[in-house]
Amino acid sequence: MSEVTTLDMPRIEAQATEKTVLGFWVYLMTDCVLFASLFAVYAVLHGNTFGGPGGRELFKLPYVLVETMALLTSSFTCGLAMIAAQKRDRSQVLLWLGVTFLLGLTFLGLELSEFHHMVLDGNGWRRSGFLSSYFTLVGTHGLHITFGLIWMAVIGIFIVRRGLTDGTLKRLTLLSLFWHFLDIVWIFIFTIVYLFGSLNI
Amino acid sequence: MSPKVSEHNAHPLSLGKYIGGFLGSIVLTMTAYLLVTRGSVSKGVLVGILASLALVQFVVQMVFFLHVGDERRPRWKLLVMVMMLGVVLILVGGSIWIMNDLNYRMMDSPQQMQKYLKSQDAL
Repeated sequence: MSEVTTLDMPRIEAQATEKTVLGFWVYLMTDCVLFASLFAVYAVLHGNTFGGPGGRELFKLPYVLVETMALLTSSFTCGLAMIAAQKRDRSQVLLWLGVTFLLGLTFLGLELSEFHHMVLDGNGWRRSGFLSSYFTLVGTHGLHITFGLIWMAVIGIFIVRRGLTDGTLKRLTLLSLFWHFLDIVWIFIFTIVYLFGSLNI
Repeated sequence: MSPKVSEHNAHPLSLGKYIGGFLGSIVLTMTAYLLVTRGSVSKGVLVGILASLALVQFVVQMVFFLHVGDERRPRWKLLVMVMMLGVVLILVGGSIWIMNDLNYRMMDSPQQMQKYLKSQDAL
């Protein structure tokens, strides 16, 4: 703090933002614990197929790879939106946020279609312990994505109507943390549920 | 490096870092995917490789996308993250350990249990 000689409002505001970001970070870490407990349930129950199909029969890896790439790319474009926000370039922010939103929507659509087909084939969450834990884990992630998309749309509207104010910039920072975090959770879903599942581990 | 004022002010985000993180994640994901679909590695080894690839990608995204590690002291974010990793390790590791142990002890039928107990000279 040695370089602060006068009461400097932007600096105080920046410190308030830093506190908000830390608070949100603590929320994300507790959300990690929620996902960890669902992963633990999945790890315990994934062999209990009750005579029904296992991961090897159910998962289509090329399909899941497309889902994964859509989410990974959206995490990257979310970063590009943040860089543009730092330069206060409103149209670039809207462009990259729009791309992120569409990629997120693609991911969610692919996931819901996958769920839909599984349920139609009689392999819903009531089929076996494996499927119950699968739908709970992957569905919870999908629910987070859904809320992220709603949040993103709201911030997009804020930016269009109010411009890139300090308030919208702060919300955008938190959203980008949330979005990157969801992609990190997906790494483990992709590896543990889909890759291990198709190997029958 | 100049002192950081906030996440989005004095500490400029670099495009290079995001591109590096993105390309790194693609390479790691594709490697894992191709090892499973095309590879001829034995299952036991493959599990270890896939888990390592996931952990490396976790670190890559944490560093390049979430900027863990370049915060100013005191490093609260890092501290909270380490705490989270500890809880996750205990939660997941403990659950798997306990449930496997329970599976082992709760054998298929009472007859099997009798046989096991006899073999252990417990009866």
